[in-house]
Amino acid sequence: MTEPDEVLDCRGQRCPLPVITLARRLGELPVGAVLRVLADDPAAAGDIPAWCRMRGQDYLGNVTVDGVAAFDVRRAV
Amino acid sequence: MPQSSSPSDQAGVPDSVYLDAAAAAPLHPAAREALGAALEDGWADPGKLYAQARRARQLLDAARGATAEVIGVRAEELTFLASGTDACHRAVHGVLRGRQRAGRSLIHSTVEHSAILHAAESHRRSGGEVVPVPVDRFGQVNPDAFAAAVSALGVAAAALMSANHEVGTLQPLGEVAAACAAAGVPLIVDAAQSVGRAPVPEGWSVLVASAHKWGGPAGVGLLATRTGVRFAPDGAERPEAVSLPLAVAAAASLRAAAAEADAEAARLRPLVDRIRAVVAETVPDVEVVGHPVNRLPHLVTFSCLYVDGEALLHALDRRGFAVSSGSSCTSSTLRPSHVLEAMGVLSHGNVRVSLHRGVTAQQVDRFLAELPGIVASVRAEAGVVGL
Repeated sequence: MTEPDEVLDCRGQRCPLPVITLARRLGELPVGAVLRVLADDPAAAGDIPAWCRMRGQDYLGNVTVDGVAAFDVRRAV
Repeated sequence: MPQSSSPSDQAGVPDSVYLDAAAAAPLHPAAREALGAALEDGWADPGKLYAQARRARQLLDAARGATAEVIGVRAEELTFLASGTDACHRAVHGVLRGRQRAGRSLIHSTVEHSAILHAAESHRRSGGEVVPVPVDRFGQVNPDAFAAAVSALGVAAAALMSANHEVGTLQPLGEVAAACAAAGVPLIVDAAQSVGRAPVPEGWSVLVASAHKWGGPAGVGLLATRTGVRFAPDGAERPEAVSLPLAVAAAASLRAAAAEADAEAARLRPLVDRIRAVVAETVPDVEVVGHPVNRLPHLVTFSCLYVDGEALLHALDRRGFAVSSGSSCTSSTLRPSHVLEAMGVLSHGNVRVSLHRGVTAQQVDRFLAELPGIVASVRAEAGVVGL
């Protein structure tokens, strides 16, 4: 898995906040940058890939970092 | 925000528009009428040997006969129960017990109603095997994948709903039933969202339904078991458990709903198509979910990006619209809907609209006129603009 350029800590945030935080931050990064989102909200696992699909961004997959679910997204557009 | 011209709206309280028939449809007038008559005439214990009991027994027999006719079974194949949930549990466990010698494995789709999933989970906890079959983005199982799962060794039963209660997608029941028949595996069909509204394809072994989904009273579930299906009821349970007047009301409303079903579907389907098209057009960043064509006539679901589902439901309620949601913030468990999750679609900002015989085109128009403003105001309150 690609090493992320930045890690966004959304632990403790409830849906839809992790997706909003992701949308805000990814827009500030250059195209090609990889953002890793740490999120413990159970909705994030479905909503982050769905957001990527709706927004044309690349969803790279999920990993577990120190017991927390992490979702990697590459800015494509 | 567009103003309705109704008198109550001028007082600041909009007319109430109930759009949650998939949870519970408003009582059909035929149910109310039959319930009154049955309370008057069917209060005696139908098992006793006197005139009042015989009258009650006649009412129950007539209710069973009418219901069986609509479902397409013989009267003796039909059992009235106290809820659809009870019917689901008895269906799953009755078939699994009856087929113990064939195996311990239960096949089901990932989008079954929680009543079926809870029964599957209790089977798993007691040492049984459970094999969930995934669905596509529209919420449909692949019939070949389902067929492969039921053809495995040791499969005791399969469960597949006729149509999904959250997104309205129809399942390929005909193909799946044929695969189950070829494998000799009984198919349990949860037809709660279809019975009284849309035809249920043939080929099932056990069917369950729930009266308050078609406009009958709450508190009546149906369990239909085809003759020849190996079914072993729990000896500790009463074979039939229902309030007689409620069963009579359920039967009367089912007959009425089934008689109106084609006309109602023809009236509601264009309204649902209109909601799907207009919502996608007028609400920014929305995902309309469920199959566009193979779907129930009365149910539509969409998810609004960056929107808190609970806040949206409250905002709609303040404008008089009663809808439900599969978003996690609206559930007691704070988990998103397993159906939306299984489909891989957006679960937050989710709204399910389900229509019934009392919903008018004007009410749908008012909903569609107000929705974009309501979503925009929820987004603005959360500071989510221009993302």
